[in-house]
Amino acid sequence: MQKVLIIGATSAIAEATARCFAAEGATLHLVARNAQRLDAIAADLRVRGAPQVSVGILDVDNLAAHAVTLDTAEQALAGGIDVALVAHGTLPDQSACSASTEISLREFHTNAVTTIALLNALAQRFERQGRGTIAVISSVAGDRGRQSNFLYGSAKAAVSTFAAGLRNRLFARGVHVMTVKPGFVDTPMTAQFKKGALWASPQQVGESIHAGIAKRRDVLYVPGFWRLIMLIIVSVPEFVFKRLKL
Amino acid sequence: MQSWGRLPTAPQEGARISFRGDPLPSTDGRSMLPRGLGRSYGDVCLNDQGRLLLSRPLDRFIAFDPDNGLLRCEAGVSLAEILAFAVPRGWFLPVTPGTKFVTVGGAIANDVHGKNHHRVGSFGAHVRALELLRSDGTRIFCSATENADWFGATIGGLGLTGFITTAELQLRRVTAATMDVTTVRFSRLSEFFELSRACDATHEYTVAWLDCFAREGNLGRGLFMRANHAEGDPQRLSSERVRHPRVSVPFAPPISAVNPLTSRAFNALYYPLSRVGERRQHYEPYFYPLDGVGNWNRMYGPRGFYQYQCVVSSPEAIRELLDVVAKSGAASFLNVLKAFGDRASPGWLSFPRAGYTLALDFPNRGGDTLRLFDTLDRIVLTDGGALYPAKDARMSGALFRQAYPRWHDLERMRDPNFSSNLWRRVTRE
Repeated sequence: MQKVLIIGATSAIAEATARCFAAEGATLHLVARNAQRLDAIAADLRVRGAPQVSVGILDVDNLAAHAVTLDTAEQALAGGIDVALVAHGTLPDQSACSASTEISLREFHTNAVTTIALLNALAQRFERQGRGTIAVISSVAGDRGRQSNFLYGSAKAAVSTFAAGLRNRLFARGVHVMTVKPGFVDTPMTAQFKKGALWASPQQVGESIHAGIAKRRDVLYVPGFWRLIMLIIVSVPEFVFKRLKL
Repeated sequence: MQSWGRLPTAPQEGARISFRGDPLPSTDGRSMLPRGLGRSYGDVCLNDQGRLLLSRPLDRFIAFDPDNGLLRCEAGVSLAEILAFAVPRGWFLPVTPGTKFVTVGGAIANDVHGKNHHRVGSFGAHVRALELLRSDGTRIFCSATENADWFGATIGGLGLTGFITTAELQLRRVTAATMDVTTVRFSRLSEFFELSRACDATHEYTVAWLDCFAREGNLGRGLFMRANHAEGDPQRLSSERVRHPRVSVPFAPPISAVNPLTSRAFNALYYPLSRVGERRQHYEPYFYPLDGVGNWNRMYGPRGFYQYQCVVSSPEAIRELLDVVAKSGAASFLNVLKAFGDRASPGWLSFPRAGYTLALDFPNRGGDTLRLFDTLDRIVLTDGGALYPAKDARMSGALFRQAYPRWHDLERMRDPNFSSNLWRRVTRE
């Protein structure tokens, strides 16, 4: 059975994905900040069929702690990590970011720098084992900068581009990299938004990620219609786009 | 957000509870009320000017013992999720209402019942323990032996004693996902009582559908459905799946599609055309025929609908109620009659009690509908019966307080920062 590492495991999308792996009998190692929340999720995954679920505490902003966390994960999932899912993130308030460079850089750090640091460290380890899949949750917001959330968008653009390069580099080493680009997902992170027809549930997104990993998809838009929406958005000429209120 | 009856209501504000260990959101001086899947019909799950604590994100299991069927889970887990998990492992819900789209917390707070009430009592009788989170941050673990007063107040406590975070349930064993069902026609009400007496001894599940347009000699004719879990090979349980057709009502028609004309037609055709006899069917269509139609409540149009569900102790009261409904010409579409058993619930304000429960659905036609209910209320009041708060949007405080004499005890245990539209309505002098 598969051995799965999830970073940012208390996010709603990560938890939904973990349930799919647990139902198959996968062994899981979950990493997040809050021990109590992790324990609640770990207990649930055990009941759902995961024979072994271990947890590790990490604040991703603390880059110095990354290596120890990954060492612990490797020990917990003895025999190699089949799947690593990097799912942590925040949704910064764009107006607060625009008003404060400090907030902007802090949010960029959390959503891009820490993710890239983890991807790079995971890549080294996966390269050594010569197999496995690294999946990272980016966002459709990274496909084009829009005034309503371009700090978040630029962080996700960095993640998407980094992941694309990594996919290219690791292909020859037998390691797969999947970029996940969710659209609007109804999670605690987006609790304050009005929900419409474009919104997906974390369960839906988790199932797609789980299936996408099995099929070794490269770039996974979830739900799939976002590929078309983003194709249109990316195609709008800049002299028009800059006048839009998006 | 509305309740299942879709009656007009003030806008509701919700706050999601995502982790059972987290504190409740601050009150800001407004009252709070837990809400699960919003399947109660009236105003028991509404709180105007307050805030709803949305429990659905608490959908985690905590522990399951496959040998004795004890399941611990968070309160936002739905009965559908329990069935999907438990049936392949040879376990079933001890009690289930007519929809599986309710949460464990909602099932406890309304102390729901099912077609097996005459054998096993209400849902609350199978809750071993629960944890309550109060607005002041205290957590109360309660069971029949530990903090028993909190346990009694919370089962059937309408969500008012605090926020239920977790519960432990005793599931019941099954060896198959199918049911052995027998449908029998009966041509008058007295036959229902005879069938009920005979079959309640031989069948775990019994319920009747009534043709509420039948009058005089035919008054109370209908179909009696009795069932037991089928016996099967437990090894095959995980592969027993049902292809349940799922359709959905996409929007509410401008006027109710359920009216005297369509109801009369349905009632007139359902009685003679229904398939009688024995058959084996999957538990999904047996227990949850309406769950196959998403948003069926929209059929009643923009004004919504009422369900009138009462329990009375005597067959005569049932006869009187049906007589009033038949003569009123009001359009009850689905009419369900069932004998309750005498197994007491641990809940102080539990609705089920020994006697007969009758449930009727009526489109909201304003004053006419409400006047009919007042007439029915008088029969229930004289009988000493009760209305079901989970279905109610209009009963008088006097009727509520007579039917639930321990309401004072619940008021004493109520979280000072919790309230609901229903509670304010029925406790007002």
